Amino acid sequence: MAERERLLAGSASGTFQSRTRVMSADDVSRAVKRMAHEILERNHGAAGVMIIGMQTGGVELASRLAAAVTAIEGSQIPIGTLDATMHRDDFGLRPVMPEAATAIPDDPTGKTIVLVDDVLFTGRTVRAALDAIHSYGRPQSIQLAVMVDRGHRELPIRPDYVGKNLPTRRNEMVDVNDDGVDLGEMLP
Amino acid sequence: MTATWLRQRGPKHLLSMADLDRNDIEQILNLTESFAEVGERSIPRVPALRGKTIAWLFYEDSTRTRLSFETAAKRLSADTMNFSVGSSSVNKGESLRDTVETIDAMGIDGIVVRHGAAGAPHQVSQWSGAAVINAGDGWHQHPTQSLLDLYTARHHLEDLEGKHIAIVGDITHSRVARSNALGFSKMGAKVTLVAPPTLLPSALEGWPVEVTHDLDEILDDLDVCYLLRMQLERQGQAVVPSLREYHAEYGLTSARADRLSDHALIMHPGPMNRGVEIAGEVADRPAAVITEQVANGVSVRMAVLFLLLGSGLDVVDDQRAIA
Amino acid sequence: MSTDIAITNATIVDANGTRRADLRLENGVVVEMGDKLDGDTVIDADGLVVSPGFVDLHTHLREPGDEEAETIHSGSRGAALGGFTACVAMPNTAPAIDSIAVVQQIYDAASDALCEIVPSAAMTVGRAGEQLAPMAELVRAGVRIFTDDGAGLQDARLMRAALEYARGLNHLADGFSVVLAQHCEVEALAAGGVMHEGEWSSVLGMPGQPAEAEELMVMRDVALARLTGGRVHFQHVSTVGSVSMIRAAKEEGLAITAEATTHHFTLDHSACQTFDPAFKVHPPLRTDADIAAVKAGLLDGAIDAIATDHAPHTRQAKERPFLSAPPGMLGLETAFAVANTELGADIEQLVGLLSVNPARIAGIDDRHGGTIEVGRPANITILDLDEEWTVTGAAMASRSMNTPYEGRSVRGRVRHTFWNGDHVVNMGEATR
Repeated sequence: MAERERLLAGSASGTFQSRTRVMSADDVSRAVKRMAHEILERNHGAAGVMIIGMQTGGVELASRLAAAVTAIEGSQIPIGTLDATMHRDDFGLRPVMPEAATAIPDDPTGKTIVLVDDVLFTGRTVRAALDAIHSYGRPQSIQLAVMVDRGHRELPIRPDYVGKNLPTRRNEMVDVNDDGVDLGEMLP
Repeated sequence: MTATWLRQRGPKHLLSMADLDRNDIEQILNLTESFAEVGERSIPRVPALRGKTIAWLFYEDSTRTRLSFETAAKRLSADTMNFSVGSSSVNKGESLRDTVETIDAMGIDGIVVRHGAAGAPHQVSQWSGAAVINAGDGWHQHPTQSLLDLYTARHHLEDLEGKHIAIVGDITHSRVARSNALGFSKMGAKVTLVAPPTLLPSALEGWPVEVTHDLDEILDDLDVCYLLRMQLERQGQAVVPSLREYHAEYGLTSARADRLSDHALIMHPGPMNRGVEIAGEVADRPAAVITEQVANGVSVRMAVLFLLLGSGLDVVDDQRAIA
Repeated sequence: MSTDIAITNATIVDANGTRRADLRLENGVVVEMGDKLDGDTVIDADGLVVSPGFVDLHTHLREPGDEEAETIHSGSRGAALGGFTACVAMPNTAPAIDSIAVVQQIYDAASDALCEIVPSAAMTVGRAGEQLAPMAELVRAGVRIFTDDGAGLQDARLMRAALEYARGLNHLADGFSVVLAQHCEVEALAAGGVMHEGEWSSVLGMPGQPAEAEELMVMRDVALARLTGGRVHFQHVSTVGSVSMIRAAKEEGLAITAEATTHHFTLDHSACQTFDPAFKVHPPLRTDADIAAVKAGLLDGAIDAIATDHAPHTRQAKERPFLSAPPGMLGLETAFAVANTELGADIEQLVGLLSVNPARIAGIDDRHGGTIEVGRPANITILDLDEEWTVTGAAMASRSMNTPYEGRSVRGRVRHTFWNGDHVVNMGEATR
């Protein structure tokens, strides 16, 4: 459960209390570089690749990945943002309010989209994003990059690029922030 | 997200701009931006209201408003059904309550009501378990029109605080005027009603407005010049001597439009009577954002339908749901 | 074979003021007054007020024509429960009461009523405002009050003619001056108005009726009363201007009387913001200033009587939108309690406004109103001034439930009503 979803869930979720730092800021930087290399390797370069950061937790990571790709390849890579709130499957179960901007830089038809999020948990947000992307066009393929895969998938979704695999308990919370990645829980 | 109307528990209705406070309006307008983006996609449809059913209960013909709501509902993947007069028993003397209870029995989630009588949507909301949206009731209110006008004006003027809007024309018989007088003033704008005394309500105590009978006096100061449709049949109803005289005294002529500031907007709820409340040429100037209002109407109605039927804001305190 | 009823420890309030006495009723009349009386039935009225039965100058009984909303029987039952022993039936039925045939129909239908039904008749044929009804014939049939109520008579020339013609009918009415009762509403100004024209109609976007629509006709009919010497009764007076014009006309000595309804001195136009058609009525609910003026008029005698303008409408009629719902509200079963709670009058004034004065205006003071004394018909109501209760439309005897006081707590209740000695209300329950 990413930062975004806690915001969406409203006041009832309480405050995040960190227990362990599982990645330092440097660890994150290294992971970003590695993932950028993997993206380029898998796609034989940056041509036809578009990086889309999922609002709100994936936006920062997406721009870091894009910068890393540019640093390696020397060419600009299209980058966008996506808010998949309106495609979620849990309406009526929780309050949901689309509040962040969606900006798809180009027609995704025929492109390779790298969807980027900070934490992969149940997979429902990614499912919503896959749905949302298709209302803009028909990409050649969609790949998924996440900083942390914490398990507990509820849908048949797996990431293509992972910063760190982190076994968690279901009620724990993973927080990706400027100083790295923390594992902890929500206090009421 | 502490707004009163937005955070109200249980079935929520949008009956009047009086229901909303500034915070509510701002949140609706912010949300509208998200939905405007949906309209720009190659497939402008999201599943947000999949499985929800919305009934149109239109006792007055209004192709424009109904199409706008219909488009909004379809973009949200809602199912819709139509109880418009002429296609159902409402034409056969069935009472409003019986009609509403019939629709309600079919298990619908929202009812969008247009009625020639003020207050009819309020009555519907008392007889139905569904969320009720007022799509215009007599001379009383038309809240989604006001929201789309606010959205359009805010889009161009950025902030409505301290801005000056004139609402010009037949105030007495206008739900748009009643809605916008509330809407714009709640957003911090100064509202001036401009009309001959015969087209102004007899008592304006408590209205957050100023009144003038002289459009020329305030033209220079305006940020928005909002023209109301002049019902052609008012001529000869002892309210204006002739439409020609009305146009000369209260119409936005080319000469008057020239005097507006460069940034000032010309707005109209449609349909226009070119040559009556607005000179034909003026309606086509860049400052006239009239078709933009129509386009924004769909986005605003998506936001309203989503808030009432799909946002789940009423389950905010349900801890089980927030797993 | 007759049985007698004794009412003991009674505080009697009537045209002669307040006094204490026991009463004995037999064969429909008061047969004895005194101390420590006994009878086959004894009602201990200790702590209660015994008053002449109330008289409503303004009742819509809907029969013939709209029996789903009310019948003479159901309406009279509500009347009895409200302490009334006589109701003047308004002629806006279908057909209108404009011929002796319909008058006879009313008398026939009233044979099982729980109070006296006094038919009024239309001033004009079919209440169309075009041609005078056969007034002489109707007076011979017992009619004393003529009105086109529901609408005012717009044509000043015709109103003048009605007033003049009525002056020549007194000999047919045992010397009683026949009354022309006017619903004052100038249609050209009021047309389409569904509520009072003012700040609330402006906000709610509903067409309003200005106070002037009523006042212009009051002004005109005061002038016509002066011109003709005829007798005008102003119905449901509701504005500051009407009250002051009537007060002035009475001081001038014109033959003018007036009534006001309970709703016009208790409810104001802000009630319409609920869009509940229960608050739609003609004349409309007006402003606080109008309420104050009507109250003052009732208290200082400018207005003679409290009338109910009891106007039943079916549930489905009142579930239409405010704009198209029919105007009118129930009143018979709440009039006394609402007046007792809200008017600020003492009980002697209330008895004057609800019984003595309206009986005199209707020309039935030989048997209603007046005083309670030996030999007079036993038209009596027994009141508890202090009982508090909550108004519920569904619990009323009326076939309709369009009370504007739903859920309101009021003080004062009718315990017993005797109509010609018939014990029609016993312990707050109608006996038939």
